[in-house]
Amino acid sequence: MEGIAIRLQGLRKSFGETDAVAGVDLEIRDGEFFSMLGPSGSGKTTVLRLVAGFETPDRGRIELAGQEVTGLAPFERDVHTVFQDYALFPHMTVEQNVAYGLRIRKVPKAERLVRARKALAEVRLEGYGQRRPARLSGGQRQRVALARALVGRPRVLLLDEPLGALDLKLREQMQVELKAIQREVGITFVFVTHDQEEALTMSDRIAVFERGRIAQVGTPAEIYERPATPFVASFVGTSNLLDGEAAHRLTGSPGTYNIRPEKIRVLKDSAGADEPEHATVAGTVAEIVYLGDATRFLVDLDGGGRLTALQQNLETSSADVAAYRGTRVRLRWHRRHAVRLPS
Amino acid sequence: MTTDVPSAAGRGTVRRLAGTLHRRPRLRLTLLLTAPLLWLAVLYLGSLAVLFVSAFWTTNSFTSQVVKVWSTDNFHELFTTPVFRQVILRSVGVALAVTVLCAVIAFPVAFYTARVARPGWRPLLVVAVLTPLWASYLVKVYAWRLILSQGGLADWMLAPFGLSGPGYGLPATVLTLTYLWLPYMILPIHTALEQLPASLLDASADLGARAGRTFRSVVLPMVLPSVAAGSVFTFSLSLGDYITVQIVGGKTQLIGNLVYSNIELNLPMAAALGTVPVAVIVLYLLAIRRTGALNSL
Repeated sequence: MEGIAIRLQGLRKSFGETDAVAGVDLEIRDGEFFSMLGPSGSGKTTVLRLVAGFETPDRGRIELAGQEVTGLAPFERDVHTVFQDYALFPHMTVEQNVAYGLRIRKVPKAERLVRARKALAEVRLEGYGQRRPARLSGGQRQRVALARALVGRPRVLLLDEPLGALDLKLREQMQVELKAIQREVGITFVFVTHDQEEALTMSDRIAVFERGRIAQVGTPAEIYERPATPFVASFVGTSNLLDGEAAHRLTGSPGTYNIRPEKIRVLKDSAGADEPEHATVAGTVAEIVYLGDATRFLVDLDGGGRLTALQQNLETSSADVAAYRGTRVRLRWHRRHAVRLPS
Repeated sequence: MTTDVPSAAGRGTVRRLAGTLHRRPRLRLTLLLTAPLLWLAVLYLGSLAVLFVSAFWTTNSFTSQVVKVWSTDNFHELFTTPVFRQVILRSVGVALAVTVLCAVIAFPVAFYTARVARPGWRPLLVVAVLTPLWASYLVKVYAWRLILSQGGLADWMLAPFGLSGPGYGLPATVLTLTYLWLPYMILPIHTALEQLPASLLDASADLGARAGRTFRSVVLPMVLPSVAAGSVFTFSLSLGDYITVQIVGGKTQLIGNLVYSNIELNLPMAAALGTVPVAVIVLYLLAIRRTGALNSL
């Protein structure tokens, strides 16, 4: 059963002079891990708040599972939210926090307790039920917020940058766990983030937001490999955007092109015969950045322009890398990796 | 420049002093706290100590001279004489009534100033709440005397409903004291409501709670410590007041009046009466401490 969990049509919302959401149409499927990715101020959080019901749209329509909910209050919608600051009730214990939604829905006390404990177990927080939120670490609070939102088994779970406040190691760990929990419970997750790597690793599909609109919707691979606009290409991952004369010279035809740095090979000598499916250009290494696992080359091309290339450090070390600066190199890539952006 | 030379020398002394203070935190603390601690210890705690000690003296009933002999007669009299007992209970009752009324009135006002009003207006509204504190206490109480007088504003406004004002007496005292101490209750509640994160209200609604439920389960429990903090002010200020009751209270007597009328003729009795509100307030604070309110003072 591949239903539609959320359908947004012509959604608009402005705050004073600024159009936070300037016309958004979107369909999110049942059971999907869907990310809304974009820089701050791109409207992704506002869309989330519109879906949750904390804001009312100026125009447009919101459907949850085929039912229109545009004008309904948050407590009338079958969605729960994990807030950026977790929004745990400080005067309640962890267990009371998790059971809050059940208490409001008048679930009997015994059942409430069982379900709250089960939800805490799902997020690996058994035995923390009697603590106050203030006595938990950031990662633990985040899990409590998740358990509180999941325990009522909503149709859709909205997550507003839930990993933003965690440090890198914990964030990576939580990314894996979130994804596992989502697969386990099978609820539609709508995940707001400004971290492109996070969106790429976790999502089934991604919507990239730019100034209140959706620039592109697609799977992580589609977004990364076939960006629809220069904005998507530069926001998701690093990219070499080519247009005008440079594009014509390097690809043989006009238009806007994008080549990902890791698709470009840096050749030290003239080894390797030119093959028709490869493009090769000569240049001088202008700058070199040692990244540990890889090295980034910034190469000034002989015909003008600069390309970034990324090489895995399979055998090279930082000492070898430094010697590259100022040397002549040739850059080569497969022609199909110069991706033309729709104009 | 030549003008720099003398000022640089002056700055040198100041710098050296500042450096010495920086290296010697104890000296810094001593300089900072000596004067206020002397004030607190000698004048405040000292006079309290004198009050307690003199409460255990007696008075020669012929000469009205204080007899400095240790005795618990005053306290014995305090708790056995029906009039005294009555006045003490009445005073505590007035203080409690004023506190409850203040809390009930302050909550909606603070809710408006902290969360409903436009953010730009909020500081102005807080100032407006505080302005009555700038007016003289006596002016405000006499204003209430006029309002409550026979044929006064209260009577005139209630007349169309076939009612009349409370006149002077116990209700008038409670009413006036409530007016006087209301800002002390509004302010802590306003602060608590203002600091309440909006996401908590969103989260409650998100989990299915309507406004009333969110108020009962989230807002009220989180603001209650501040209500208790405000009640410390309204309760102790009401318990110690004896002027308002003289002006609008008719024949009503509170502890303060008894202290006042005894102070000339029987100073030790007045002191014994004076320890009663102190003891009551200490008990009140102990009770309040359990709510965690003292942490938010």
